[in-house]
Amino acid sequence: MNFLKDLDYSVVQQCMHCGLCLPTCPTYEATRRETSSPRGRIALMRAVADGKIDATPAFAGEMYFCLGCLACETACPAGVDYTHLFEMARAEAERVGTLATPKRTWIRKILFQWLFMSRRRLRFAGRLLWFYQKLGLQTLIRKSGLLRLVPKQLHELESLTPTIANHFTPFGHQPETRNPEPETCRRRVGILAGCVQDLAFPDVNRDTIYVLEQNGCQVVVPVQQQCCGSLHAHNGEWETAKILARKNLDAFDVDTLDAIIANAAGCGSHMRHYDRLLADDPNYAERARIWSKKVRDISEYLVEIGFRKPSDGKSGPDSLRSKIRLTYHEACHLVHGQKISKQPRIILGSLPRYEMVELPEATWCCGSAGIYNITQPEMAAQLQERKIRHIISIGASLVATANPGCIIQIVSGLRCQGLQVRVAHPVTLLAEAYRPE
Amino acid sequence: MDKNILANLIRLLGPDRVLTQKEDLLAYAFDGTPILNELPGCVIFPDSAAQISEILKLANQKRIPVVTRGSGTSLSGGSLPVPGCMVLCTVKMDRILNVDAANSTALVEPGVVTARLDEAVQSHGLFYPPDPGSMHISTLGGNVAHNSGGLRGLKYGVTRDYVMALQVVLSQGDILETGTACVKDVAGYRLKDLFIGSEGTLGIITRILMKLVPKPRARKTMLATFSTMQAAAETVSAIIASRIIPCTLEFLDRTTIHCVEEYAKIGLPLDVEALLLMETDGHPVVVEEEAAAMNRIARDHGAMSVTVAKDNDEALRLSSARRTAFSALARVAPTTILEDATVPRDRLAEMIGFIQKTAEKYKVRIGTFGHMGDGNLHPTFLTDERNTNEIRRVEQAFTEIFEKAVALGGTITGEHGVGLAKKKFLHLVTGPVGLNVHRQLKQALDPNGILNPGKIFDVGGPHPTSLQQGEEWRGILDLSAS
Repeated sequence: MNFLKDLDYSVVQQCMHCGLCLPTCPTYEATRRETSSPRGRIALMRAVADGKIDATPAFAGEMYFCLGCLACETACPAGVDYTHLFEMARAEAERVGTLATPKRTWIRKILFQWLFMSRRRLRFAGRLLWFYQKLGLQTLIRKSGLLRLVPKQLHELESLTPTIANHFTPFGHQPETRNPEPETCRRRVGILAGCVQDLAFPDVNRDTIYVLEQNGCQVVVPVQQQCCGSLHAHNGEWETAKILARKNLDAFDVDTLDAIIANAAGCGSHMRHYDRLLADDPNYAERARIWSKKVRDISEYLVEIGFRKPSDGKSGPDSLRSKIRLTYHEACHLVHGQKISKQPRIILGSLPRYEMVELPEATWCCGSAGIYNITQPEMAAQLQERKIRHIISIGASLVATANPGCIIQIVSGLRCQGLQVRVAHPVTLLAEAYRPE
Repeated sequence: MDKNILANLIRLLGPDRVLTQKEDLLAYAFDGTPILNELPGCVIFPDSAAQISEILKLANQKRIPVVTRGSGTSLSGGSLPVPGCMVLCTVKMDRILNVDAANSTALVEPGVVTARLDEAVQSHGLFYPPDPGSMHISTLGGNVAHNSGGLRGLKYGVTRDYVMALQVVLSQGDILETGTACVKDVAGYRLKDLFIGSEGTLGIITRILMKLVPKPRARKTMLATFSTMQAAAETVSAIIASRIIPCTLEFLDRTTIHCVEEYAKIGLPLDVEALLLMETDGHPVVVEEEAAAMNRIARDHGAMSVTVAKDNDEALRLSSARRTAFSALARVAPTTILEDATVPRDRLAEMIGFIQKTAEKYKVRIGTFGHMGDGNLHPTFLTDERNTNEIRRVEQAFTEIFEKAVALGGTITGEHGVGLAKKKFLHLVTGPVGLNVHRQLKQALDPNGILNPGKIFDVGGPHPTSLQQGEEWRGILDLSAS
């Protein structure tokens, strides 16, 4: 087998190499090399599909240099399915094992096939990290300069570790009977708690639940759910991605749910493609099809159901204060992966305490890109610096963005420069606006 | 490619400016032209005329073909590699060296992206009008080398009209400066004009002095819909006959409208046969008058509706959507082959009718759009390169369309250039004497034939005769097999 040869040829052929993608590609902009451009990468994929080259180290290196930000997909008038091409290209690189070293293989096994395959293990790892942070070890180690002794990559990784929350997502959350009143509960939705979101930003999950309930939804958070598998699909672990998708299809009772809500852009973008992922699986194909139709990003869903605008709190002390400058960074997998751009702005625009200012290059990747900031630290740092520069240029004191990876990346960039700018998920800001009412 | 030559190139440019790995070469084996594909021997990124001069001396000595490339958006194979050539890529020479507001000029390097120049001069109240469809990607060097047009050609002309002076590295390494910043200059031959549209076959452009014009103070954009293509064509003729020169008169046919709307989702009407995008710019009072007149003329000629863009954003959305037409057509077929046959404006309706009939005759699908105001059409064949039978019919249809365009007093290419895709047809326009002058010029400036060889025309070989009478024509699309 060969992931690219087995792919329907019309998918590679769809690229007519007109070049309209070039100015939107961060890696092309940085290198000015066609090899690092969307149409150049597609040419390489096509060369593999045609048998002109194998998945060589240079090929694989290029596929991993790609951020997978999908800006090219938005730019492409011809409708090239870059998401699928990119996933197949990395899967092919991993199938051939062209980049394999004992260390790399070991890390990938631990990460993709062990840790992220089980929520329990993830939470256990999260707890360990929590102890490390709570006991003051992190501060101590950061201050002591001991980090300078460990390899540079590990050092940088350490700076990106999110602060682990005290309490994770309330799994098994069942619809409250009191609030909202059952007769006003017209909608029943399931929430995907995510992996990083659950460990580092469980408050975003709580806020999501709260906001949905405030808008007349019954919310369930199935206990058996797992990581959505986007990390796996984007990193050449096609088969494990399928296993996780099946587990989630088992965990959520899709037929009784009006929607499956994701509040992490990367998860939502991937879960919309469960239908394609499991198309050849006779036991799951049909349910995956229904699932993909029901996946919604939280902002998208709130706008769809006509969410309640928070009251402007004119009676409260807030109205006396000057408004806080708020800006919005568009997570790639929300704007490019799911084409959701207006809805988060509608939500942010409804908030009484903030003045919304547009961020220059809001749709340009921040460099987080899944685990890209770990695998490609140099390019990721360039993009991070660029994002922070824009945030400073408009004098924003609050950045809203809807993906945990982006939050971590932007927070870490701001911290490096010693800036007091808050970064939050739009749904958190909406929840805050509801609460004092 | 020879190891010694590569070593020389690396010494001259540095290791990260010379690409030789197969994976890199594959990414430079094509430009924006469909189907054609050819592996270069290496790709180099010089950043000065001095370096290019050294490179050409070396290439001349070793007889290595050199293909110059900007962003690689050519639609005629102009920047397609010749087997084993050096691809000389200018994208790292991308400085705007000077904007001279007093003389309304800008001095630029060839790798500057077209749209960037216009953005950069706006703050001086100036305007760089040429706006090829690919203006957000294409480079000014490429524009000059192909004498690119654009949506505003009707009123503002093409790239040639904005080139005041050039610095060109000649094939043997000499650096030529030609032209001045003077509006009037008749000292000697206008050598710069020789290089505009030369498609990299006569020299390598390393600096361009661009003419700028005052930025129009007002602009109005309108969209008219028609139930027949004929009505749209008649509207255009009537507008021009009424002494109005709009800056843009673009049309899209039904197939193109559907594809563009599917991509851009800006609410284009889907139940019409033709759509006319009309724009006028200049003094606010004149713009108002002209817009009203164009609106009236369109209605008098059977427009189903005429809507005026309510603000700049909407106008920009409309023209941006039009720019995606070619690529959007790729949604309905695996291979899209775009041509740019051009006719005098009073023959437009006839040419469009002929294109439709030819498509029926050869049972091929065509989507047509283009610059109706300047007679520059873009019939686009929607096909599949794997279907050899259909490709053959596409070739036959093209041949007839080109011959018809020339018979109507038009030309085989209005703005894309001849490149590889249309060189078999060049003689239809130049005639044998014109073709011979082309060859003599090439011989004089590039005696060893190293600069983009085989593009536009072949230097040697017999004079081409008529394409008819059952002559075996290898076809534009078979070239890649050679």
